[in-house]
Amino acid sequence: MTAPRKRRQASKPAAAALAEFMRRAYAMELEAAERYADFAAQMEMHNNREVAELFRSLAQIEHRHATSIRKQMGWKSAPQVLTAVRWLGREGPESGAPGELHYLMQPYHALEIALANEQRAARFFAAFARRSGPAAIRAAAAAMAREERAHARLVRQWLARVPRPDPGWDRDPDPPNYNGE
Amino acid sequence: MSTASAAAITPQSFKSGVKPVWCPGCGDYSVLSSITKALAALGLAPENAAIVSGIGCSSRIPAYTSCYGFHGVHGRALPAATGLKIARPDLTVIVAGGDGDGYSIGGNHFLHACRRNVDLTYVVMDNHVYGMTKGQPSPTTEPDWDSKLAPGGTGLREFHPLVIALASGANFIARAFSGDPNGTADLIAQAVRHPGFSFIEVLSPCVTYRPEQRGWKDAVRPASVAVTDDPARAARRLMTDDGFNLGVLYAGRRAPYRAAPQHEPQSPASLELDFAL
Ligand SMILES: Cc1ncc(C[n+]2csc(CCOP(=O)(O)OP(=O)(O)O)c2C)c(N)n1
Ligand code: SF4
Repeated sequence: MTAPRKRRQASKPAAAALAEFMRRAYAMELEAAERYADFAAQMEMHNNREVAELFRSLAQIEHRHATSIRKQMGWKSAPQVLTAVRWLGREGPESGAPGELHYLMQPYHALEIALANEQRAARFFAAFARRSGPAAIRAAAAAMAREERAHARLVRQWLARVPRPDPGWDRDPDPPNYNGE
Repeated sequence: MSTASAAAITPQSFKSGVKPVWCPGCGDYSVLSSITKALAALGLAPENAAIVSGIGCSSRIPAYTSCYGFHGVHGRALPAATGLKIARPDLTVIVAGGDGDGYSIGGNHFLHACRRNVDLTYVVMDNHVYGMTKGQPSPTTEPDWDSKLAPGGTGLREFHPLVIALASGANFIARAFSGDPNGTADLIAQAVRHPGFSFIEVLSPCVTYRPEQRGWKDAVRPASVAVTDDPARAARRLMTDDGFNLGVLYAGRRAPYRAAPQHEPQSPASLELDFAL
């Protein structure tokens, strides 16, 4: 994530607004990282190791993004009081929906979730960049939108390398569900 | 309520090292995360809070937190929590469980907990089914939900927990959705702050026995009406509620129950006076 170049020259109120914007972006990346880590733990518990590992890597990637915001802003320590970002209703734009998991899911499904998250984050920042407001914030949002689009491209390439699940991938010969056929 | 330094406490501080065993995608994961976020937002330390539960998938929550916890007997979470709060009014006591635990076997305790109005926060993870025992209908199951265990559905009208809570005297009534963990955390924090008995129904899908509940994310919406402290208005709203309106639906002004002040133990000499002829 690229920080706006002219940060030092910004007026005091504009600098404060930019810092707040970046704190929210940081909260968003951190929430995405925590969500992937939760997903990884769920998969580990159900012995779906391949998908667990993938979610673990995604958590690390999001964590790195959060750390890079921290470095670029020159924050000595992680901001403590964070306001959760919500967009289009409930969740942070980059957080995977908790109800999407299945114990038999495959890496392809996990990457589909990641792709949707990156695309949503790109749309969020692009929408922010179009809003009226301090130029420094719009520039920062535009830079972030570009980065999220680049991440989405990477996830698409990753998706192309993993097998597509066969139809009926979720069939379990010994299902937990007594109501099944 | 003693509070911890905000800098030191994060939601992570309230998680124990025990990893949840719920099915992937189960709504209860998010409710756990909301409870830990709410406790952190309230600035509490783990030793200032207790989570009390009964039995069920949802009732496993105390094991996954680092606060005091009591994973009790099926349906008996509320009386256990009531006793705890009366004995230790300094603790923030959260009661957690499912619709089976709270409205079937624990239904009677639910009524009286509302009526007593002790300062508790009751979080019911409602999935309209008994998850832990493999998918039997619960009091909130739709009458026509067809399953091998209840072919053709039970044909029984659903229990309406929010209406019953209001009629029985609950002082705060809200509905949340597990798919909105931040919104649920806010509601839990508000419920804890509100004096008296606070009841939050969290729609928390059981993806294994009720996979169609994944669709709840498209059905829920913020309640379009402002919060009221008027029980008559709240009753009218709740009676016509379709079960998908989220937010605080009632915030009353009843004074919470407080235990009678403890008297100093009497001296033997003063006791003897009662027997003096
Ligand atoms: C006295 C007693 N009766 C019955 C049971 C069996 N039992 C365990 S959990 C449960 C129902 C759980 O349903 P719910 O409270 O909705 O929780 P969920 O598992 O759906 O989260 C039942 C009937 C029990 N443990 N103890
Ligand atoms: S059976 Fe249902 S309620 Fe229990 S853990 Fe699985 S999804 Fe959750």
